[in-house]
Amino acid sequence: MRHIISILLENEPGALSRVVGLFAQRGYNIETLTVAPTEDNTLSRLTMTTNGDDRKIEQITKQLNKLIEVVKLVDLSEGAHIERELMLIKVKAVGAQRAEIKRTADIFRGQVVDVSPSVYTIQLTGTTDKLEAFIEAIGPGCVLETVRSGVSGISRGEKILSL
Amino acid sequence: MELLSGGEMLVRALHEAGVEYIYGYPGGSLLHVYDALYRQSAVKHVLVRHEQAAAHMADGYARATGKPGVVMVTSGPGATNTITGIATAFTDSVPMVVISGQVMSFLVGDDAFQETDMLGVSRPIVKHSFAVTRPEDIPELVAKAFHIASTGRPGPVVIDIPKDMTMPNERYEYAYPKKVKLRSYTPPQRGHSGQIKKAVDLLLKAKRPVIYSGGGVILDGSSDKLRQLVDRLNAPCTNTLMGLGAYPGTGERFVGMLGMHGSYEANMTMHHADVILAIGARFDDRVTNATDKFCPDAKIIHIDIDPSSISKTIIADVPIVGPVGNVLDEMTALLDESDETPDSEALDAWWKQINEWRQRHGMRYEKNDNGLMKPQEVIESLWQATRGDAYITSDVGQHQMFAAQYYKFDKPNRWINSGGLGTMGFGFPAAMGVKMNFPDEMVVCVTGEGSIQMNIQELSTCLQYGIPVKILCLNNGSLGMVRQWQDMNYEGRHSSSYMESLPDFVKLVESYGHVGIRVTERSQLPQAMEDTFGKYNNRLVFLDVTVDEHEHVYPMQVPTGSMRDMWLSKTERT
Repeated sequence: MRHIISILLENEPGALSRVVGLFAQRGYNIETLTVAPTEDNTLSRLTMTTNGDDRKIEQITKQLNKLIEVVKLVDLSEGAHIERELMLIKVKAVGAQRAEIKRTADIFRGQVVDVSPSVYTIQLTGTTDKLEAFIEAIGPGCVLETVRSGVSGISRGEKILSL
Repeated sequence: MELLSGGEMLVRALHEAGVEYIYGYPGGSLLHVYDALYRQSAVKHVLVRHEQAAAHMADGYARATGKPGVVMVTSGPGATNTITGIATAFTDSVPMVVISGQVMSFLVGDDAFQETDMLGVSRPIVKHSFAVTRPEDIPELVAKAFHIASTGRPGPVVIDIPKDMTMPNERYEYAYPKKVKLRSYTPPQRGHSGQIKKAVDLLLKAKRPVIYSGGGVILDGSSDKLRQLVDRLNAPCTNTLMGLGAYPGTGERFVGMLGMHGSYEANMTMHHADVILAIGARFDDRVTNATDKFCPDAKIIHIDIDPSSISKTIIADVPIVGPVGNVLDEMTALLDESDETPDSEALDAWWKQINEWRQRHGMRYEKNDNGLMKPQEVIESLWQATRGDAYITSDVGQHQMFAAQYYKFDKPNRWINSGGLGTMGFGFPAAMGVKMNFPDEMVVCVTGEGSIQMNIQELSTCLQYGIPVKILCLNNGSLGMVRQWQDMNYEGRHSSSYMESLPDFVKLVESYGHVGIRVTERSQLPQAMEDTFGKYNNRLVFLDVTVDEHEHVYPMQVPTGSMRDMWLSKTERT
């Protein structure tokens, strides 16, 4: 099962390499990884998605918690949460296709952020599933390039991840 | 406030952290630090002959004393040479602080002379590591390193110091922190009371309990508490390779070491138990054999300070995260309060069964008639000569298993071996680290002619510092454990397991100014032992004992089997 693990990490050199190294060293899989500073500049927020059965995920969270720089950790998939991923996608857009792609982007609430005579660059936000559905809808054949941010996530409601 | 250079601050901080000995080797990036060391006398430096040995010496010191061992090495090859030693300490949870020099900070990343990314290279095998980026941070980083290394589940910590952090002419205010606080590091102080209660209830109802204790009990200094609990529950106790000595080897309730080369009765007791109390042990693959066949009837209680050790390979029914000693205290208190007592009728039947297993096998081997000794009898002879009271270090292989099986450790911290990583070359320097700190104790490295050659250069260090350890080399002229597996699984094809062109060890140690004694048959051994611990008590003695090369270590678990599936001899299987 897919899990979204969110971490408050000391904003120090080498901290990220310990997290990434742990996954490599213990044979865990990272599907997506995003990391950026938070409002507290001593902390980074790291979100990763990974796969595994309950035992594996338990080991992953325990091993991550052992890292000295991991200040707090939550498995967002255990509760109600919001997840978002940003995708910038360049698609071939010529002739009749141009209008069709624009319509599809509208349906997915995407925005065309750059235009050339034969190419649209579209910005789309949503869950991983939604981004994949969009690619499916416009037809993978006309995709020229994609770049995705990886998943960011946050708990719903009152629950917060802080010190 | 006092103004000190970075190098002086480092040495002062080490002193304040309680360091007496540093094991190390100087080099370019550390020259300022070595100069600071020279100008004081509180912290002593021991110059090794290879940096790997420095790490093992610090490790031996740490395992015998419970205090962090300290290593100091220069950048590049100095640092990388310690890697095996750091990994050895990491796998066995040994507190250690490694100071590695680094090239000038402005050269880092330029592939400078003797530059290695030590933090990167060591990352998977350290508990934590620090790079010094400002000289004034040195005292605080040293304090943090010692705190992290020695609390919770102990482990090695690396501090990487670029040369320009130690410049003699740049001085800073020195202050060693009184208290260390790390917001993201809070090792558990006590176990969960509800879980402990459950564990006690389970133990009181058990009909066939067993206590399986590991290195964690020794690391926490809780052997006495373990002994009390075992005796109180009247339960059999087995120790892991790392836990030998936590419960007395000659104790009545001790069933021996368990696992791959564990005793028949220990493995049978485990397999048939209905409740297993695992204390500071981690269900290593050398203990469990095939995990899907592991102890089918047992409810498992698992106490460990490291949550990631619990339910990693074997799922615990009652997990307890906490320091062993504290949890054992709480268990004892609950037993005091409880109206219930262990089920004596069931326990009598259980002990009857265990004693049958003991009689059926026990630890046994057959002696040769022709005077050529079996390795087991040499260990027994050592046990007698040292009255079972020596510090024994070992290398890795058959000799290690024979020592673990036949030297009955009655005290904790006396058996020092690389159990997790299995590092050949560990035993001799580890023995040196022990002896320097316990000069009046007998310290013996049990080794083989293969392992000893992996760090034999330290004979020179022993001469320089006068470290009279004893080396007992069980010389079978081959890499015994490799050979055993080749005999058992590769139809006796001894691929690269034969040690051709062995040196004359007696002459070799004599050239270093030590004493060498060769023993080739049984009749010579008593005198050799007597001389080793008698007239040569103050000398390093290398006992080169020829043993039967055909001997195998038994019992040996059958791969992919359960705990009770064992070879008991070359021809006999359970």
